[in-house]
Amino acid sequence: MKPVTGTVDAAVRERFPLLTRQVNGRPLVYLDSAATSQKPSAVIEAEAAFYRTSNANVHRGLHTLGDEATRLYEGCRDTTARWLGVESAQVTIQRSATAALNLVARGWEHHLVPGDAVLVTEMEHHANFVPWQMLAKRRGIELRVLPVTDGGELDLARLDEFLDDRVKVVAVTHVSNVLGTVNPVAEITSRARSLGALTVVDAAQSVGHRPLAFAELEADLMVFSAHKCYGPMGLGFLVGRAETLANLEPVEGGGEMIEWVRLEETTWADVPHRFEAGTPNVAAAAAFPAAMEFLEEIGLDAVRAHEVDLTGYALEKLRAVDGLVIYGPDDPTRRGGLVSFHDPQVHPHDMSTILDQLGIAIRAGHHCAQPLHRRLGVVATSRASFGVHTTTGEIDALIDGLLESRKVFAL
Amino acid sequence: MSTLGPIDDLYREVILDHHRSPRGREPLTDPDVEAEGKNPSCGDEVTLQLKFDGETISQVGVLAHGCAISTSSGSMLADLVEGRTVGEAARIAEAFRQVLHGKKFPTDVDLGDLEALEGVQKFPVRIKCAVLPWVTLLDAVLAQRAGRDPRPVSTEGLGDDANPMNMKITEGQ
Ligand SMILES: Cc1ncc(COP(=O)(O)O)c(C=O)c1O
Repeated sequence: MKPVTGTVDAAVRERFPLLTRQVNGRPLVYLDSAATSQKPSAVIEAEAAFYRTSNANVHRGLHTLGDEATRLYEGCRDTTARWLGVESAQVTIQRSATAALNLVARGWEHHLVPGDAVLVTEMEHHANFVPWQMLAKRRGIELRVLPVTDGGELDLARLDEFLDDRVKVVAVTHVSNVLGTVNPVAEITSRARSLGALTVVDAAQSVGHRPLAFAELEADLMVFSAHKCYGPMGLGFLVGRAETLANLEPVEGGGEMIEWVRLEETTWADVPHRFEAGTPNVAAAAAFPAAMEFLEEIGLDAVRAHEVDLTGYALEKLRAVDGLVIYGPDDPTRRGGLVSFHDPQVHPHDMSTILDQLGIAIRAGHHCAQPLHRRLGVVATSRASFGVHTTTGEIDALIDGLLESRKVFAL
Repeated sequence: MSTLGPIDDLYREVILDHHRSPRGREPLTDPDVEAEGKNPSCGDEVTLQLKFDGETISQVGVLAHGCAISTSSGSMLADLVEGRTVGEAARIAEAFRQVLHGKKFPTDVDLGDLEALEGVQKFPVRIKCAVLPWVTLLDAVLAQRAGRDPRPVSTEGLGDDANPMNMKITEGQ
């Protein structure tokens, strides 16, 4: 079998049933993996299998099914923990990366007083921006925003201006979902931690796309979503140092998160269950290990190398298109598997509609990063993002489509 | 038709012409009302300025930042509503909405170049782009009548069935 770019075997495409479908009469070219990955059969089967054979609520039934469901749910926690090199109790199961970040912003609030500051960056996804802005408004706290350079990187030369001992929380993305920039998070988190700030890393675009251990980030907390790394929707994680999680207040009360409830007072279950009130998405949790297995079979090094190769190829091809503005670092090894660009001749929405007619799915818009787009001086960009199944031929199709869309608008 | 099928039907020459050289782009020096509309899901923005002479919209300024569909719709708006009464403008907006949802062209309202945007009906996700300038217009008119400042209008929540006439305007109200 012919390799795609020498790193991931093209036969991997056969593992994704959706990739065989047509869109507008053309074979689908899916270039929106950064929004959500397509799912391998094993993941789809695992989720269906849960409902077919093991469906029951968790931690409640004393019957066989209840026990099976609980084992599957806790098994997801254990596998995820092993994957990231942490203990199971350091992994809390959430609905999404967004839910996890909101939990942190709320659950850490009691440690902050007016006059404190929270530092985020200009390249954050709204999920790692809005909850902090809300917190700042609620508590009379200053929200500081570390700027992005013209080259699409965090302006670390100015970090000292923004990071002082008033900063009590630093929240930063590992990989930008628009610029693709891989941030040197450990450099930032280690400095922030030495000043006593809580450090939170949004790893939504990096987990499952490169070998990654929680310890590497040198952070107190990290979040990610399963659906962006070939897993199911409706499942995200908050991973943290044990002592940090112990100091985080639960935000939602209800079943599962309690130890003992009396009329006057409730005591909480231990970490991590105290952050998991209510019936969770057990089916998704039951399916996520299949995604991790899938990635491990390919090898996360190979996944990463494949994304770098494709990004390098896409950058080269896009640079050859006259007049196109391309965002983010030039060096593909310093980027995640995506490229955002702007064509002054064709608005991103128009381009996306035209590409869609050719069966090509890209993302057009602000990608939930409006502050960053303001910095870039545009309201919308086009983004092509890649998965293990993406081929160089698909990138060629994107370039052809882009030129085709220019023809529509040519005088 | 080229290989792009319905695309040619969407981006008709009239639309591209309005997109390239939008009408009403000259800002008004002394507008009676100025309103902003946004399409939050994609970031399209339009600023609409109106000057009234009694019930008649005497001057229109449209500053649009967005795709070809929203900018051309705004340009056509400038062409169509200048010199019309508020009630006539509202009738055009409603007729346009009907067309975008696959209804027959109305016989009693002249849609002018707006007819060319009929192709948008085959692209439901783009209907919001087409109606953005029109919902902004309707809110501006309502605001002016109520003597309040226009609120920023958003197409969010209007859904694919974006209904500018959720804001009821009748003639001589
Ligand atoms: C960098 C980044 N952070 C956070 C999120 C939010 O993820 P979710 O929508 O799964 O909560 C995304 C998803 O677009 C993202 O790209």
